[in-house]
Amino acid sequence: MSFIASLRTPRGLITALLLVILAVLPLLTQAFDQRYLLSIGTRIVIWAIAAVSLNMILGYGGLVSFGHAVFFGIGGYAVGILSHHGVASGWIQWPVAIIAATLWAALVGALSLRTRGLYFIMITLAFAQLVFYVGGGLEAYGADDGLNISRSRFPGVIDLRDKASFYWLCFALLCGTLWFCSRFANSRFGLVIRGAKSNDLRMTALGFPVFRYRLAAFTLSGAFGGLAGILLANEGAYISPAMMSWVKSGDLIVIVVLGGMGTLFGPLYGTIAFFVLEESLKPILDLFHKGWGEYWQIVFGPMLVLIALYAKGGIDSLFGSPKEWRRHG
Amino acid sequence: MDYLLLQMLNGVQLGLLMFLLAAGLTLTFGIMDLVNLAHGSLYMMGAYIAWTLIGWTDSFVLGALLALPATFLLGIVVEAVVMRRLYVRDHLEQVLATFGLILFFNELVRVIWGPAGKSIAVPAFLNRTVEILPGVPYPAYRFAIIVVGAVVAVLLAWLVARTRIGMLIRAGASNRRMIGALGINIELLFSLVFGLGAVFAGLAGLMAAPLTSVKIGMGDDILILAFVIIVIGGIGSIKGAFVAAMVVGQIDIVGRAFLPDLLKTFLSASAASSAAPAISQVLIYVVMAGVLVWRPTGLFGQRT
Repeated sequence: MSFIASLRTPRGLITALLLVILAVLPLLTQAFDQRYLLSIGTRIVIWAIAAVSLNMILGYGGLVSFGHAVFFGIGGYAVGILSHHGVASGWIQWPVAIIAATLWAALVGALSLRTRGLYFIMITLAFAQLVFYVGGGLEAYGADDGLNISRSRFPGVIDLRDKASFYWLCFALLCGTLWFCSRFANSRFGLVIRGAKSNDLRMTALGFPVFRYRLAAFTLSGAFGGLAGILLANEGAYISPAMMSWVKSGDLIVIVVLGGMGTLFGPLYGTIAFFVLEESLKPILDLFHKGWGEYWQIVFGPMLVLIALYAKGGIDSLFGSPKEWRRHG
Repeated sequence: MDYLLLQMLNGVQLGLLMFLLAAGLTLTFGIMDLVNLAHGSLYMMGAYIAWTLIGWTDSFVLGALLALPATFLLGIVVEAVVMRRLYVRDHLEQVLATFGLILFFNELVRVIWGPAGKSIAVPAFLNRTVEILPGVPYPAYRFAIIVVGAVVAVLLAWLVARTRIGMLIRAGASNRRMIGALGINIELLFSLVFGLGAVFAGLAGLMAAPLTSVKIGMGDDILILAFVIIVIGGIGSIKGAFVAAMVVGQIDIVGRAFLPDLLKTFLSASAASSAAPAISQVLIYVVMAGVLVWRPTGLFGQRT
């Protein structure tokens, strides 16, 4: 199905609209003088990159990784530590951060993909906690309090201190991540991962080395997670172990499930819904009674329970089931 | 030497607390096939409920004894309202729903008890030391935790190995559908087991309260340790949970107690004191990774 034809379906139309709004968000927030919205928008885009990367293994691969926020931390700390030691150039910081995230993902994947079920959930969580505690133990880099850093420098190319430029950079990287994910999902490699989700014994019997495929997917997913971490550190000019607390990993899973697992744009819908819910539940509760907004999670928690119980397909399934299932993207 | 002994006792005490938490978790997973992240919330609720009841009754023992049936009831309610619907779902949905429960309980505590932490005083009759060996004093309260923890562990072992309900629990762990088909009321069994797990979690929470403090999210970090313990021990195995809890307790305490001095030989004092707890935590996860690489289903887990 071509791009133009896909605009005729509700899913295509809504997605296209969403992308257009995201693309011009800095202009909108400037026109309406809502700077705060741009910073939320930036965080949405960065979290969406992480969610898309988690979706590659969680959604397409069916591997419940409960430690994905660790890549926020690794990407962020690589940038922060280099910047702290005077290496300000993004041309050095970013590749180092992505390589670090990739290597860590490869190591964790190699160990944890040997297990399955609850063991896999817990071992990914445990490895994330390990890095979390290391971050909290690094006295030189602020330990639990974290560290203020200066943003990565790309002299002559882009100034990350400019909010709008930084947003557009994040948005472009999100588009790149989505493009990569669509290539991944429809490639032979992606089909093996998806096949192994429904029946890994059959895939093994068909002669695919499922473990190696999954390890490759896990590693890729970690690399993109590291990218999100780089951006997150630059967004706040700040790193701390809290970036990679296990609650953030839980939030990422929530986002992917909320948006629609194993769908291309689901993680993006999920991220937007998650942040919009967070930002809107507070004022809505405040309307009922002043001060209740602070307790928004008392509503959000049970909502998660209901989503888990009754909304398997996520937001994406509201647009009907995708008709075409392309062999090649 | 005395110092080493005291620290090892602290490790045993911490291990027993974590065993109480892990026992409920491993039972619910082994029998109901349920990943319950909200188990730490029951630990927290146990502590908060005990704080209120101790305030009302003006007695630690009375308040604590009343808090146990209260957490049992809370467990039964949570099981009936949410968990029952989750047994047949996959792990991801269980993780998601119980993650939502954590958020709910943390906020609920903030609404009811306020954001500030509470403290429970060590009861007067335990606020002294006992001589565990001639000339080696040990805080009586910590010693009491060891005694209570050990008694509960023995009771649990007896319950599982020697009673009819324990027989059903073991049967349920090995084949759930079969005992249902044999005419056992598994819904009642599941409720009971969940309530029992809640009581253990609440007991651990209220016993830990005088040593730390009663605060929001107190159950979250220790919950992850409890999960590490059941994964090391093998999911569904009480014996495994006990062994792993002891190992983790020792690593944690001994790491905290001895690493700072060791690190000070080559690090600054402040760097050593902030790195040591991190390293002892890291060690726990390294042990877990090692065990899983060696035995992917834990030390005492069922082979598949």
